[in-house]
Amino acid sequence: MDETKYGFWFPPDVSTHGVQIDQLIDIVHWFMLILFVGWGTFFVYCLIKYRARPGHTATYFPPKAQFTKVIEVSVIVVEVLLLFGFSTPVWFRYKNHPPAEKDALVVKLVAEQFAWNFHYAGKDGKFGKTSEANMSGDNPLGMDPEDPDGKDDIVTVNQFHFPVNKPVIVQISSKDVIHSFNIPVLRVKQDAVPGARIPVWFQATQPGHFELACAQLCGLGHYRMRADVLIDTPEDYAKWQAENAPPPAEPPTSAAPDNQQPAPQK
Amino acid sequence: MSATTTHGHAAHGGHDAAHGHHELPFWRKYIFSVDHKVIGVQYGVTALVFLFFGFTLMMLLRWQLAYPGQPLPVIGKLLGENAMPGGVMAPEFYNQLGAMHGTIMVFMGIVPLAVGAFGNYVVPLQIGAPDMAFPRINMVSYWAFLPGGLLMLASFFAPGGAANSGWTSYPPLADIATTGQTFWLLAMVLLITSSLLGSINFIVTIVQLRAKGLTFFRLPFFVHAQFVTSFLLLLAFPPLEAAAVMQLMDRLAATSFFLPSGLVISGEPLRVAGGGSPLLWQHLFWFLAHPEVYVLILPAMGIIAEVIANNTRKPLWGYRLLVYSAIFLGFMSFVVWAHHMFMTGMGTTMSTFFQTTTMIISIPSVVILTCFIMSLYGGAIRYTVPMLFATAFLPMFAIGGLTGLPLGLTASDIYLHDTFYVIGHFHYVVAPGTIFALFAGIYYWYPKVTGKQMNQTLGKIHFWLSFLCINGVFMPMFFQGMAGLSRRLYDPTIYVHGRAIQSLNVFISWSAWGLAIAQLPFIWNFFASLRHPKAAENPWQSTTLEWAAPSPPPHGNFTTPPVVYRDPYEYSEPGRSSDFHPQFAREA
Repeated sequence: MDETKYGFWFPPDVSTHGVQIDQLIDIVHWFMLILFVGWGTFFVYCLIKYRARPGHTATYFPPKAQFTKVIEVSVIVVEVLLLFGFSTPVWFRYKNHPPAEKDALVVKLVAEQFAWNFHYAGKDGKFGKTSEANMSGDNPLGMDPEDPDGKDDIVTVNQFHFPVNKPVIVQISSKDVIHSFNIPVLRVKQDAVPGARIPVWFQATQPGHFELACAQLCGLGHYRMRADVLIDTPEDYAKWQAENAPPPAEPPTSAAPDNQQPAPQK
Repeated sequence: MSATTTHGHAAHGGHDAAHGHHELPFWRKYIFSVDHKVIGVQYGVTALVFLFFGFTLMMLLRWQLAYPGQPLPVIGKLLGENAMPGGVMAPEFYNQLGAMHGTIMVFMGIVPLAVGAFGNYVVPLQIGAPDMAFPRINMVSYWAFLPGGLLMLASFFAPGGAANSGWTSYPPLADIATTGQTFWLLAMVLLITSSLLGSINFIVTIVQLRAKGLTFFRLPFFVHAQFVTSFLLLLAFPPLEAAAVMQLMDRLAATSFFLPSGLVISGEPLRVAGGGSPLLWQHLFWFLAHPEVYVLILPAMGIIAEVIANNTRKPLWGYRLLVYSAIFLGFMSFVVWAHHMFMTGMGTTMSTFFQTTTMIISIPSVVILTCFIMSLYGGAIRYTVPMLFATAFLPMFAIGGLTGLPLGLTASDIYLHDTFYVIGHFHYVVAPGTIFALFAGIYYWYPKVTGKQMNQTLGKIHFWLSFLCINGVFMPMFFQGMAGLSRRLYDPTIYVHGRAIQSLNVFISWSAWGLAIAQLPFIWNFFASLRHPKAAENPWQSTTLEWAAPSPPPHGNFTTPPVVYRDPYEYSEPGRSSDFHPQFAREA
C-alpha cells in the first residue's frame, strides 16, 4: 500500500462515480465557507461596533434589514440547487442505473463478526447453493458440497480481488449483526443488514492495493474487521482466478461422481 | 383555573408568613420535595455530576485513540484486569466507554440539565406561577430519573460490563450483547418515563398557570422553547419506550422483533423464531433521536435568547419570527429521522423525501441564527460571562448546523456517513453549542437560585480556556472525517488512512484533557461563590418575571402575584431614565 497517498483531506479516488461525490462535497463546503465568513464578518463587526461603552446606548427600534431576507432566500435557493441540481441526480444515477449483471463481475459478500467472506461464481458463472445449516469454521458461507455449480466457486476471507475498468456488483448480506461495507477510495458505503441482500456497484479506474473498513459498530472486533482490496489488471485477475480455483475433485471424502467437470487449470 | 392559582398562591404565602410553624421535615423539603425550585436544583446538580462522569469516560477513551495499545499510567491499573489488562484498554471496555459516553451525555446530562433543571426552575418563575401544575408528578419525574441514571451507572458492574453496542443500540448486536444491555434498556425505560412526566407537566403549566397579562406573545423566548421541547418529548419518546421494551423482550423473552431468520452467531445458529427486522429498531430509535436533537438545542436557544436580549440591552430582533421558527422546527423534526439511515439500502424515493425534509429543516435554524445575530446589531453589548458563552455559541452552533448539510445530502453522505465528520458535526451542535448555552444559563441564573453572584474573573478564565480547548477537540474531527476515518474504531492506526492522520488524534486527546482542566475554575467557582455576599435583587437588570421574585425565591415564589404589563424584552426604551422596563413594573 502506498502510504504517501493519504493525508488530511480525501484519500485518492479510484472509482468512476466518486468524482461526482467529491465534487458535491467540495461545492457544499465552498457554500458553507462563504456563508460562515459572511456571517462571521458581520458578527465580529457587531461585536466590536456595538460594545457597551460610556456614551453609547442601544437602539430600541429594530433595524429594517432587507438583507436578512436576501440571505435567507439565497440560502434556500442554494439548498434547492444542491438538492435537485447535484445530490439527487448523482444519487439517482448511481442507485437506479447499476450495470447489467452480464457485463459485470458479480460477487456475493457475507459479513460476519469479524470477517468479510467473498464468494465468486468461478468459471461457470454460477454461484453454488449455500445454507446456514452447512456453515462451519471451514465453510463460513455454508457451501453445499453436493451442488455442481459450487464446485468451481472461489471463496476468500478478507481478500477482495477484482479487475480494474470493469463494473463490479457486490451483493451484500450479513450472517449475524449489521456491518457496513466501506471502501473510502472507491467512495462506496453500504450497510450489510442480516436478512437482506443489498447490491452495490462500482468500477475502479486504476489498479492498486487498498482497504475495506467496517463502518458500523459490530462488536469488540469491529476495529479489526478490515479486508485487503486488490484491484488487479485483467491479466493479474485472470491469473489470481486460475491460481485460486479449487483443484478438481478436491474433497476426496465426498461421494462426488467421476463425471464432474474439473475446473480448468492454467 | 386562575382562581385556583390565586388561591394556591395565597395558601403558599400563608405558609411563609407562618415561618416555621408549618416547617416541613428535611426529607420532605430537600429530598422528596414537590417544590419546582428544589427539584430543579436536584436535577441540575445530578445532571452536572453525570455530565462530568460522561466526560471522564471520554477522556479515558481518548487515551486509547491517541496512544493505541499503550498502557495508561496509574489509572489504567486501577480500573482492573477486565477493563484494562496490564493498563492497556480492552476493546470490550472501549466499546462500553463509547456507548455509555453517548447515553450519559444525552439522556442523563444534557436533557435533564436543559429541561429538568432550567425548565423546572425558570419556567414557573418566568410565567409568574407559584409552582408547576402537578408538583407531585414533578417529584416523581425526578425520582424516576435518578434511579434510571444510577441503574445505568451500575451496569458497569454487570457481568461483561456496561452496554457496549453504541448509544444507538442497534440490534441484532444489542440483542445478543452482554447483560449490560439489559441494564441499559431498563434504565432507558425509567429515564423516558421521567421525561414524559416532565413534559406533560410543562405543557399544562405553561398553558394554565401564566400570570395575569402574560399572553403567549409576551412569553420570554425561553418559555416558548421549553414549550416546543415538551411537545417533542411527549410525542417522540413513547416510540422509543415501546422499542426499548421490545428489545428487552427480544433479550429476555425470546421474541424476535428485531431478529430476522437464519442468524448464525460465531458459527452457531441462533435459536429464535426469527422473522423480525433489524431496521425496525432504527426507525423507532431515530424517530425519537432526531427530535431529541432539537430537545437538546431548543432550550439552549432559549437561554441564548434571554442572555442576548439582556446583554445587548435591546429587544430581541424578530421575536415572533423566532417563535414561529421554533414551532416549525419542532414539527419538521418529526419527518427527518431516516436521514440517519441513508446507508441501510433505502430506495431513492424515500431518500429523496428525507433529504428534502432535511434541507427544509435547516431553514428555521438559519432564521433563528439570523435573528440572534441581528439582535446584536444596534445593541450596547455588555461582555459579562453569560454573554461570552452566548456569543461563542453563535458561530459554533453555525459550524454544527452548516456541517449537517453534506451529511443530509445523500450523495455526499455516501462518503461521510459514519466517519468522524459526523462526530464533529453533532458535537459542534451539542457541546460547544448546547453545553456552552447551559454554562451561559448557569452563570446567568446562579444569582437567582442562590442569591449570590459568581466570580466573573474565574468565569472568564473558564470561558476562554474552554473555548480554545473545545475547538481543539472538535475542529480536527472534520479533517479526520474527510480523510475517511470511521468512528467507533478501537485502533484507528490499523488503517492506512488512519495512520496518516494519527497526529490529529493525539492533538484532540490533549485538547480534551485541557478542556477538563478548564472546568476546574468553574467547579471551584460554583461552590466557592455560595459564600459570596448577597447580590442585588436584579443583578443583570433584567426585564423578565423571574426577577420579580426574591432571590432565592421562597416556597410559592412571589410575595404578591405578579401582573404582566408588557413585552418580555423592553430594554432601552426611548425617553426613559433606566434602560430596562420590567414586564412586571406597573408604571408606564
